[in-house]
Amino acid sequence: MSATGIIQTQTLEVSLGPQHPITHGVFRMDVVLDGEYVVKLKPVMGYLHRNHEQLAEKMTWLGSMPYTDRLDYFCSMTNNWAYALAVEKMTGLKVPERAEYIRVIMAELTRLLNHSCAIGFLLSDCGAWFTPVLYALREREWILDFFETVSGARMMCNYMRFGGVRVDLDDASLAMARNIVARWPAFLDEFEKLMTENEVLLARTQRVGILSRNLAINASVSGPVARASGVEYDIRKVDKYGVYDRFDFGVPVGEAGDTFDRYMIRILEMREAVKILEQALRDIPAGPFIAPEAKLRNFKVPAGDGYGRIEAPKGELGFYLVSEGGAKPYRYHVRPPSFINLTILEDMCLGQKVADTVIILGSVDIVLGEVDR
Amino acid sequence: MIPPLEQVREMLSAGAAKSSLLVEREEAVAVAQFLKTDPQLQLDFCSCVTAVDYIKQDCIEVVYHLYSVALKHGPVALKVRAPRALEQCRMPSLTPVWRGCEYQEREAFDLYGVKFDGHPDLRRILMWDEFVDHPMRKDYVPPMDYEWEPTPHAETLARAKQTGGTVPASALEAKK
Amino acid sequence: MAVDPNLKSELQKQGIFVMPVEFLYNWSRKSSLWPIQFGLACCAIEMIAAAAARHDMARFGAEVFRASPRQADLMIVSGTVTKKMAPQVVRLYNQMPEPKYVIAMGACAISGGPFKDGYNVLKGVDRYIPVDIHIPGCPPRPEALLHALMTLQEKISKQHLNEVSWYDKNAPSEFPVPQYGAHDLEPPANPKVWEPPKK
Repeated sequence: MSATGIIQTQTLEVSLGPQHPITHGVFRMDVVLDGEYVVKLKPVMGYLHRNHEQLAEKMTWLGSMPYTDRLDYFCSMTNNWAYALAVEKMTGLKVPERAEYIRVIMAELTRLLNHSCAIGFLLSDCGAWFTPVLYALREREWILDFFETVSGARMMCNYMRFGGVRVDLDDASLAMARNIVARWPAFLDEFEKLMTENEVLLARTQRVGILSRNLAINASVSGPVARASGVEYDIRKVDKYGVYDRFDFGVPVGEAGDTFDRYMIRILEMREAVKILEQALRDIPAGPFIAPEAKLRNFKVPAGDGYGRIEAPKGELGFYLVSEGGAKPYRYHVRPPSFINLTILEDMCLGQKVADTVIILGSVDIVLGEVDR
Repeated sequence: MIPPLEQVREMLSAGAAKSSLLVEREEAVAVAQFLKTDPQLQLDFCSCVTAVDYIKQDCIEVVYHLYSVALKHGPVALKVRAPRALEQCRMPSLTPVWRGCEYQEREAFDLYGVKFDGHPDLRRILMWDEFVDHPMRKDYVPPMDYEWEPTPHAETLARAKQTGGTVPASALEAKK
Repeated sequence: MAVDPNLKSELQKQGIFVMPVEFLYNWSRKSSLWPIQFGLACCAIEMIAAAAARHDMARFGAEVFRASPRQADLMIVSGTVTKKMAPQVVRLYNQMPEPKYVIAMGACAISGGPFKDGYNVLKGVDRYIPVDIHIPGCPPRPEALLHALMTLQEKISKQHLNEVSWYDKNAPSEFPVPQYGAHDLEPPANPKVWEPPKK
């Protein structure tokens, strides 16, 4: 029914997905439209539910590590770290310093990779077709070359172990990493020159999809989406896991909570990640890369439960593990940031045009491997 | 019964949540409101909601991990239990207190069969609507749609033989 | 029918090219395969990387990923096909016009992959639709996808017009879509396309 009451209109129900160019995977949004404006939006997920949690109950503790790669399939290193952190919390394993620095280097490179691709895909949703993605993927290939040299695989690295990392970084790999970090500011400057002041981007993303600070906290939104709404919460600063308290970096926080803030936060976080990387690559000490007492065959975790979380590029990635003292987990639960960040998708999209729905979803930056597990 | 403030503050200062609050189903919402609004706790961020199936103790436990964005402390683990039998497996929903519990409680309903009273939209989230089972329960038997694979897990190997798939001799040798 | 090579080269010098219609038909199809924009999971990222600057699928004429199945002739099933998604995959396949091809990319699309032991995982997309090329890997490298594309091109160039399925009145072009059952998909597999291996 139209608001004016003069013309009788009907609402239109559209199913955006599960196969749709903009849904970043097999995700479906049931949208009810009044003309161009969204009246109701219900996300439907589960099209990639691969019962990772049930599989983990049948496998050993270490056997689940390759499966964590496939959660957020862009960022396999941070997924591995979150799981290793949760298990190390429960067993009390101490990680040697060199391994902690290596983990920070891998995690921050993953953050660079993820944010550049997220922005690239957001811009293709805005209509820039495929060009920003090509620039982002060009830089991503350098980081994937580094991951392949170190861990043997481009995407599914399976690199972290309980108590450290699987292989050490040698000098040639460190030189590769330094090269990537040296090139990155120039790439970001080029990217920003093309995009940040682009009037089409500004017109399409400013004041679109506003998320208020209180709703963000109440809806457990985390990561760049929450920080863009003014929530000053970065797990690297709050929990101080790993050796993050040794690095001098800032946490950008937005004000308006609209799509443009979510875009800008990711650019600023990439610059902060470059700062962390420069410091880590400069200060990395020599030493063992895995705890000597971590024996990985017949690895058992003492009975009890524990929750470990990290600041993954998409938000707070946590693992809740329950152990009965054996070689297999009793309960293994992943707290996925993308899944929970979707809670407020409807709130952000109500009253917006259907074309803006696409951009708002792109700015939330979801990955279906994580949403559905 | 609202837990004493000192006990909760002790949990927060201990760092990692080695202990947790176990509350009765009837008091869960009141305790949750207290934890969220008390000025010294201000646990306004519900980070993770997990359902665990304790088949030996005949209960399903839902664990809420809470943090505070305002005071930057946490976690506090809040646990609520319900009996396993499907008709009695209900507990009050904490979605009115923390909106972030919405999808995670729906997932607990879908995969474990726990019904949350007061949830705004309780329906299946990961499986399709016509599905009737609750697959993450420990006594769930998956459908027989397997053939074989070279290195299956033990119970999968047994089921694969039942469906009539071929099992190569080398796999049987490895099991011995 | 063979043409005398001398005659052929004489004609070429005059600007006249002699070839079977089949050659031209197959060459034009294999050089402009249009995949459908259909990424399911992790393999989709390698598919996008294959279309990006370093690996460049555009050299093969296949960089135009169509959003609509009506305009595509190649479906690269990249990622795990879950039972919830399986009816949608079959519907998309049915909507593609013939001649159409399917590449099963990655271990999950071939047989369920690492998630084979799953209540919601379809143990291979070839349970419902016929697959032409299988690419093993988890995920396969972009170069492997390009190799698969080249293998598909070779397969297309060997197809004979009098044997192809789309000109055969009895060969189906659409396959029945599975329905959501109470415990599993109904039917769990299409018996005309797939059978479990015998004892």
